[in-house]
Amino acid sequence: MSSQEIAFVIIAGAGSLGAIRLVTSKNVVHAALYLVVALASVAAVYLILAAEFLAWVQVLIYVGAIVVLLLFSLMLTKAPIGRETLDNQQRGMALLVAVGILGGLVYLFQDAFGASSELNPQATRTVDVGVSIFRDFVLPFEVVSVLLLAALVGAVVIARKDEWAEQTGRGADLGARGGTERAG
Amino acid sequence: MIRLPFLLFFSAVLFSAGIYGVLARRNAVLVLMSIELMLNAVNVNLVAFGSFLQDAALTGQVFALFVITVAAAEVGIGLAIVILIYRNRETINVDEVNLLRW
Amino acid sequence: MVGAQEVTGAIADPGLTSLAWIVVLLPLVSFFLITFFGKRLPAGGAWIGIGAMALCLAISLGILLHFVQGGEASEASVSWFRIGPLEFELGQLVDGLTAVMLVVVTLVSLCVQVYSLGYMHGDARFTWFYAVLSLFTGAMLDVVVANNLFQLLVGWELMGISSYLLIGHWWEEKENSNAAIKAFITTRVGDVPFMFGIFVLTVAAGTSNIGRISEVAETGEASTLLITAGALLLFGGAIGKSAQVPLHVWLPDAMAGPTPVSALIHAATMVAAGVYLVGRMFTVFVHAGDVALDTVAIVASVTMLIAALLAMIQDDIKRVLAYSTVSQLAYMVAGLSLGEAGYTPGLFHLFTHAFFKALLFLAAGSVIHAAHTNNMSEMGGLRKMMPLTFVTFSIGSAALSGIPPLAGFWSKDEIISTAFREGNYFVWAIALVTAILTAFYMMRVVLLTFFGAYRGHGHPHESPPSMTGPLALLAGLSVVVGFLGAPQLNAVFADWVHFGEEAHAEPFSYGFAAVSIIGALLGLLVGYRLYRGWRERDPVRRLGPFYTLLERKYYLDDVYLKGIVRPLQYPIPRAVDWTNQRVLDGAVNAAAWATKKLSLGVDVVDKRAVDGAVNGVAFGAGATGGLLRYIQSGNVQRYAVFLFVGVAILAIAITRF
Repeated sequence: MSSQEIAFVIIAGAGSLGAIRLVTSKNVVHAALYLVVALASVAAVYLILAAEFLAWVQVLIYVGAIVVLLLFSLMLTKAPIGRETLDNQQRGMALLVAVGILGGLVYLFQDAFGASSELNPQATRTVDVGVSIFRDFVLPFEVVSVLLLAALVGAVVIARKDEWAEQTGRGADLGARGGTERAG
Repeated sequence: MIRLPFLLFFSAVLFSAGIYGVLARRNAVLVLMSIELMLNAVNVNLVAFGSFLQDAALTGQVFALFVITVAAAEVGIGLAIVILIYRNRETINVDEVNLLRW
Repeated sequence: MVGAQEVTGAIADPGLTSLAWIVVLLPLVSFFLITFFGKRLPAGGAWIGIGAMALCLAISLGILLHFVQGGEASEASVSWFRIGPLEFELGQLVDGLTAVMLVVVTLVSLCVQVYSLGYMHGDARFTWFYAVLSLFTGAMLDVVVANNLFQLLVGWELMGISSYLLIGHWWEEKENSNAAIKAFITTRVGDVPFMFGIFVLTVAAGTSNIGRISEVAETGEASTLLITAGALLLFGGAIGKSAQVPLHVWLPDAMAGPTPVSALIHAATMVAAGVYLVGRMFTVFVHAGDVALDTVAIVASVTMLIAALLAMIQDDIKRVLAYSTVSQLAYMVAGLSLGEAGYTPGLFHLFTHAFFKALLFLAAGSVIHAAHTNNMSEMGGLRKMMPLTFVTFSIGSAALSGIPPLAGFWSKDEIISTAFREGNYFVWAIALVTAILTAFYMMRVVLLTFFGAYRGHGHPHESPPSMTGPLALLAGLSVVVGFLGAPQLNAVFADWVHFGEEAHAEPFSYGFAAVSIIGALLGLLVGYRLYRGWRERDPVRRLGPFYTLLERKYYLDDVYLKGIVRPLQYPIPRAVDWTNQRVLDGAVNAAAWATKKLSLGVDVVDKRAVDGAVNGVAFGAGATGGLLRYIQSGNVQRYAVFLFVGVAILAIAITRF
């Protein structure tokens, strides 16, 4: 084992543990913190693979923005705590499917790449990533930017108060609870 | 030097944990978190294979960036929907949201 | 090719036919314009939809003019995409049938949109309503113009979704959203065979081009079996969309939508699409085995009769009209089922029916708008309060009943007499009986709604001009369009829409006409005698058990609900729960007990072993039920389990084999 591999195993161990605790923990806030662990370990793996820019993007967007967003929505929805309220009745089956897929994936990966395959990460400079995006992937980049805009507008439209329903009285059955809440 | 299967196994673990979370969690926010986990597993694979194939265009990394962007959009919309559902039904348990069932 | 005329001295100039694609595109553009900018515009963007539709109507009339002058059919297409050897086009096929349908669809849609200005005034989702109306019409126009089955399918499905949106327009009431879901799912049941029919014919002909498929069917390049299968599967789609038995159940429920929508669905779009499809693919039906047209004839005859019977007992004015639509659609389909001779009469009835059915619905909407109820038992005496609505509704009713010289008489009589001439006495007899019933229930509606004393509350008054204007226009058309097919006036309709090379107008027989007229008058007379005065107890109730049967809609809804929907919804899970609790626990207890008693003697053990076997069987049943239960639980995550398992199996299958 090279030093890179030793570092990787430690990081991956921590990340896997975080991932598993994320899906099993009884407390939603703890789950969010375990998500941070898992995401940070992925960022560290990017660093090991010498994908520096990607690693910082991961930290900024995932750990910085998405987790905060998730925590906010946990706060807003007053998520309860406890196994019974957080997990449904099909835990056993879910476990079976997950383990089955894990086994299948490990088998496939071992089968296909077990023998060959060492990789020596070459440091990639951020400028290379930029050149690649703006030379080879300009169109996907533009499409993604439109997607982001659409998501932004969509999120605002979906989540804002439904004033129209209040004015007209239509949608009363769906908006009723929200309406009384706001009124009170 | 690092062997490719190490990375792949790590991503497989993340992915399976995500699948378990999606299937076993009732809370919609936790389901979204699990989906993030699965997307990250895919990203790890993308970057690992990109590095393995020594791709000059850095396709793996660029696509990982795109996936992150799409994931951010997905979380934004997903959480907006969750909040809306909570506002209307005072629950975000996915097994209780079944109005579309006929 | 259907309708590709080779008229001598034909005008080579394609005229306006090359503009047909604009007619399709305009409503779709107006859909987007209204959706995005409608709310900022005066009148909620309604004028965009109306303007676009008026333009479409102008172009459609121009296209029709081309055929009036004896122009040729034309086809044009651009390449859409390829899959392997299959090339898909995006194109238009414009012949006489297309031209006629274009005019009907755009005209009715225009009337409906103008009418909605008044009817939907002040509605919370006024703009959205207009947007979807445009989409709906555009989808239907796409079906009409499409030169290949895949493009047709796109329009077909777009219609499905827009009908869902429109029927459920007032979705705040659970009932309405249920009706929308029912319409969507029921028509989808027909769409599945439809899609497979497209696949079969595409495989048979190597292309989805309608003209090419017709050629293949005609020359016998593909096996008759394949063509027959294709025809029957396509008809499955028509059954769903055109509400034929056994998939007619959605149409009456679709009355939950706003009345203009009902008019649009019943006259110009959606249900007309099924009949149009059969007309468009008629070569395939004619050259398929006999079983294809026989099936069509039987389905149509059954539908015709049972829908007419159902229409007799309804109290909801819109439901009467809905069932009458089902019945009249069956007329058209029955006409088509008569083979080549029935092609023109069937489609002529589609043409005339569009006008008077749109008229009847819009007039009924006007009544509902004034009386604030759908129930005829709360109407009555409206003829003095809404004279214009009364006159137009009566004209529509007379046209539907087949009173000469109104539109319905010419087309209906043509179907009935053709059925007799073709020797199909089964269809003939049923069509005649249905004609009598039709006259009867229309008389009932008119008397209950407009005569006698007013039984409701409030003060009904005549509707605004934006509503009565379309009524007057449609009433005028209902009077005159029949003459287009009148043999005494050269039957010009047959020149535009005919099957085969040469138009051959059926000779007009006064004998048959007399039979039809007497039938219609008989129905009217019986209706008049029975319903002259209002009674608390509706005379049709005297039918006794038969009335109950009709009231329960032949129990078809119950069969569907209890036979298909519920078992997948509640009882299976409940049964499983029961078995789990009783049988599973019982098995465990029995096993423990058996172990305890083992020492007590061989005979006791014997009994317990037998018990164990019985319990084992029960356990097996329980487990099977448990597996079945997982199929339909309404739980997203349960479905996700299937998704992941399926993906895993696919991944293994793809990588391993």
